[in-house]
Amino acid sequence: MSTVELRELDALRSGDEEAFMALVRRHQAAMIRVAQIYVSRRDVAEEVVQEAWLGAFRGLERFEGRSSFKTWLFRIVANLAKTRAVREARTIPFSALRTPESVPEPAVEPERFRSWDDPRWPGHWASKPTEWPEHRLLQSESLAHIDDAIAALPDSQRAVITLRDVEGWSAEEVCNALELSETNQRVLLHRARSKVRGALERYFDE
Amino acid sequence: MSESTVEALSCQELVELVTAYLEGALSAEEHARFEEHLSGCGPCQVYLEQMRTTIRLAGRLTVDAIRPEAEQELLETFRSWKRR
Repeated sequence: MSTVELRELDALRSGDEEAFMALVRRHQAAMIRVAQIYVSRRDVAEEVVQEAWLGAFRGLERFEGRSSFKTWLFRIVANLAKTRAVREARTIPFSALRTPESVPEPAVEPERFRSWDDPRWPGHWASKPTEWPEHRLLQSESLAHIDDAIAALPDSQRAVITLRDVEGWSAEEVCNALELSETNQRVLLHRARSKVRGALERYFDE
Repeated sequence: MSESTVEALSCQELVELVTAYLEGALSAEEHARFEEHLSGCGPCQVYLEQMRTTIRLAGRLTVDAIRPEAEQELLETFRSWKRR
């Protein structure tokens, strides 16, 4: 654990409200997103997160710092959300998170490439990507399209891209919190990023 | 792929390796094939740049602010835990 985390933990144990609220503001949105992998309803996910904080307070004394506090906290969220999902008998394809769907999801539509029996350039671009207009990139409408594209992803892909690219977590942190193998984390991230890029491309090509 | 004849990547193969490339997860050989293709292929350079842009823009999304009621509820929970 980092010294910053150790200091935060001490503050939390001593009941420091400011330290607690700082943690809440930093992690709450991501905690809800992780809960939503298992329970899709937003209100249920928020309940799960409230429950997770309570679980974290109770476990604080026993927390030994073998993993980072963040990893530990998000594991609590994921476990409670799983339990809740089972209780609500929503059929969850748990395997969907551990093993990305085995159906291939090409990053780019196959029609964009020349066929494999093309005499000169098999598998090369038939319809090339063109550069995006720099001045439009940071417009709020572009960002809104990214937001929508992420929201439309399957749960596990959405969780991974949100933690990695929106929240800025490392691959290792995501693997730990979501109990994913390195490879599966990467496949989910790849599919998610590829789809979001595709959505942006369609928007800029309109 | 046999080791003696290192086959060039196609564009369609390259786009599937972009994340592994950016994550530094390609083997030395794959990495070299990736960069070799890239150096001679404008459209794939554009593609890679678009993936980088996508990542950069995703990082600018603001996460939803916590609802004030939820914040208050959490604070109450924290206080009642403290009192134990």
